[in-house]
Amino acid sequence: MLVITTKGEMDDSLLEKREGNVDNDNETTTWVEYWLDEELVHRSAHVRLKKTVTLTSSVASF
Amino acid sequence: MANTQSMCTSFMEELMLGEHQLGTASLTSRTSLTAPTTDTLKAALYLASATMDASATAYTAVNEVSGTGYVAGGVTVTNATAPNSTNASATAGVAFFTPSASITYTTVTLATAFNAVLLYNSTQSNKAISVHTFGSQTITAGTFTLTMPSNTTAAALIRLATT
Repeated sequence: MLVITTKGEMDDSLLEKREGNVDNDNETTTWVEYWLDEELVHRSAHVRLKKTVTLTSSVASF
Repeated sequence: MANTQSMCTSFMEELMLGEHQLGTASLTSRTSLTAPTTDTLKAALYLASATMDASATAYTAVNEVSGTGYVAGGVTVTNATAPNSTNASATAGVAFFTPSASITYTTVTLATAFNAVLLYNSTQSNKAISVHTFGSQTITAGTFTLTMPSNTTAAALIRLATT
């Protein structure tokens, strides 16, 4: 598979792949990095938002 | 039966649609009053060192991310699904809205950590809508994707609620 890197498109077989994820109340995030000789040449991230923003309204009594 | 003091849930949905104008407002003219166009929403990313919060009134380039492949102002948000509303009881209801697709910044390099996105209305003078935060990220020759929560009364990205 070809990966877009800082050095152009490279075959992933030439790169070291590192992945990670975070899951908490606010988000579920995954990320993938590709390294070439200890140099980071690609990093993508995918954040799935969980938290809503809410405006709570009220009406006054007479 | 009894009358119950409450804000009408449909009113909250209609606020999201801009159907009420309770005072003089400065709005960019709609194409037509009988068949108004949907405003264009955009999403801009902000550095972790920024101070975007509820006080934001409009998009600003101050402390916005910058880098290869990223255009100032961010990307257009797909908002094909109109706001909706649901009554929970005689006094409570929720109007809600979620962009209908993920927000994607494709093939960018954002070397300085960022952790917030500002949703704003680019049709209406870039007026701010909401700020959403996440864990700090950097992107290197890659893609940053923000996937929206479910567009439901409880989980939608933006909710106006009476309790």
